[in-house]
Amino acid sequence: MAEVVLQNLNKNFDEVYAVKDVNLSIRDKEFMVLVGPSGCGKTTTLRMVAGLESISSGRILIDDKVINELAPMDRDIAMVFQNYALYPHMSVYDNMAFGLKMRKFDRADIAQRVQEAAEILGMQDLLKRKPRQLSGGQRQRVALGRAIVRHPQVFLFDEPLSNLDAKLRVQMRVELKKLHDRLGTTAIYVTHDQVEAMTLGDRVVVMRDGLVQQVGEPLELYNEPANRFVAGFLGSPSMNFATVVTHQTDGALWAEDEGIRIKVSGQTAGRLGRYAGQQVTMGIRPEDLHVATEADPAELGFDATVEVVEKLGSEILLDVAVGPHTMVASVEPNVRINVRDRLRLALNPERLHFFDAESEAVI
Amino acid sequence: MIEGAIWRRWVFFYVPLTSFIVLLLFPFYWMVITTIRPDGELYRPWNSIKYNPFWTWHPTLDHIRDLLTQTLFMTWMLNTMIIALSATAISLFCGLLAGYALSRLRFPFAGSLGTAIFITYLVPQTLLFIPLADIIRNFRLGDSPWALILTYPTFLIPFCTWLMMGYFKSIPKELEECARIDGATRWKAMLYIIFPIAVPGILSAGIFAFTLSWNEFLYALVFLSSPEEKTVPVGVTSELIRGDVFYWGELMAGALLGSIPVAFVYSFFVEHYVASVTGSVKG
Repeated sequence: MAEVVLQNLNKNFDEVYAVKDVNLSIRDKEFMVLVGPSGCGKTTTLRMVAGLESISSGRILIDDKVINELAPMDRDIAMVFQNYALYPHMSVYDNMAFGLKMRKFDRADIAQRVQEAAEILGMQDLLKRKPRQLSGGQRQRVALGRAIVRHPQVFLFDEPLSNLDAKLRVQMRVELKKLHDRLGTTAIYVTHDQVEAMTLGDRVVVMRDGLVQQVGEPLELYNEPANRFVAGFLGSPSMNFATVVTHQTDGALWAEDEGIRIKVSGQTAGRLGRYAGQQVTMGIRPEDLHVATEADPAELGFDATVEVVEKLGSEILLDVAVGPHTMVASVEPNVRINVRDRLRLALNPERLHFFDAESEAVI
Repeated sequence: MIEGAIWRRWVFFYVPLTSFIVLLLFPFYWMVITTIRPDGELYRPWNSIKYNPFWTWHPTLDHIRDLLTQTLFMTWMLNTMIIALSATAISLFCGLLAGYALSRLRFPFAGSLGTAIFITYLVPQTLLFIPLADIIRNFRLGDSPWALILTYPTFLIPFCTWLMMGYFKSIPKELEECARIDGATRWKAMLYIIFPIAVPGILSAGIFAFTLSWNEFLYALVFLSSPEEKTVPVGVTSELIRGDVFYWGELMAGALLGSIPVAFVYSFFVEHYVASVTGSVKG
């Protein structure tokens, strides 16, 4: 059980920064997910914690102890790799026992720990097999088993589910979550999949170009993104963006562009006030749009032409054209809509996001 | 397999394959038939009525007996075996460590060092033996097995290093990283994880190194002079060709017996060898 702290962590290859000034405090027993597009520095950060990558500057602490110079084996961590990294010449048992053997545990203790881990993961029957005789999901379990037999202070996961097919991935995601609840070991999990990040993480770190964009609980990130990148990265389908011009008319604040004229009210209007007359980026999530009814005020909607209808069963996704913009709206599954229909979409004013056009920070 | 009409299968598969096999195996057949043919048949002129070079009705083991009793063939075999095994062991050991270092460790000039090692392999033996002869003489190693045990690695080490380098690169580095997190030092990770996985590569490097040193002719010819120090290729050709007299039967018997160890090594390790050429580790 341990707390992991990253302080001003940097990794640069000559002039290029892979990780820049990362400050994170991962609490004891927390499941922290690092998420971002490829090349954002999340894996490099993880590898620095593991000791597989040297640290250019900054410090990493596990339980208040600086581990910068410690060899990977002395950090008391376990890592699960994307390609599982099972030792192909060893049986499942030996794969799991390897770490314990290296640490000179006695035989009985090893056998007991491996049995225990095999039971937790439901793979007692597989212990004698070689990795090549296992399916993808089973290999994944062995990799997990190898990590948990050691009872390490911290688990590190480097995209462990990305080699599995979609169905298995969902299943293993649930198992991972259960496993973490059961073991309560601090975990750092790297993924590029925002769904994994949202479902698994106690907290999520969104990274881009080596920089931390935002840290927070999944819903906090979803509902209150710190900038346009985070807003667009989390959520599927992703947030709709439109560049609008704001201006004060008749004592109210309006956000306008071709095809869009929306009245901004309440706190949002207060924050947006100083941008009056300027261009800003407006963001609205697909599920915050709905087909307008009589009850919806005219100033909170816009006309749209349906271009594509995607019926997903639980919802319908409409790709619509609003003036020059294309947007996606998620509407009730019982709505009858055809391609090229013209309709009016209304939005939830509480759920509007505005971002600075230049810095992309939330307003 | 070739799809389609039967004639296509014959023209594009059976006929080319058969001719290839015949062409490939004919020298071996010739070697065997000459070994067991009595001298009377061997030296029969080509225009004689009974001339039949491809078959014999009177097989004999005389040539083999003569080879084993009249020459130092068994000594040559022993010399060759000791030299080939020692040179292979030295080269494999160095090649394994150098290949690992060049493919895995990050140090300045790793890439150019790899290329430099390969370039030394490209220097022709026919040029290299001149300076080497000088070195051998200075160290007073001439006419002893050490002359070859120490010079064969000059071309075997670059060869093994390159082969192993390629093989190590095909092993995912995560395996080693995982082992190091699991508690192994770099040395242990290499010993318990990387080397066992690299066994097919090590075997094929070993087979090649062994064959190359077993068959080597030039250095053996230049550095060894006493009959009892010679290796099989040099011994057979220098002792059984006297002036313009060729002892064909004994020569071929020497070639036949001399190729048995190599054939044995190949057939013993062929499965591993094929595995290393056709593919390696899957993640």
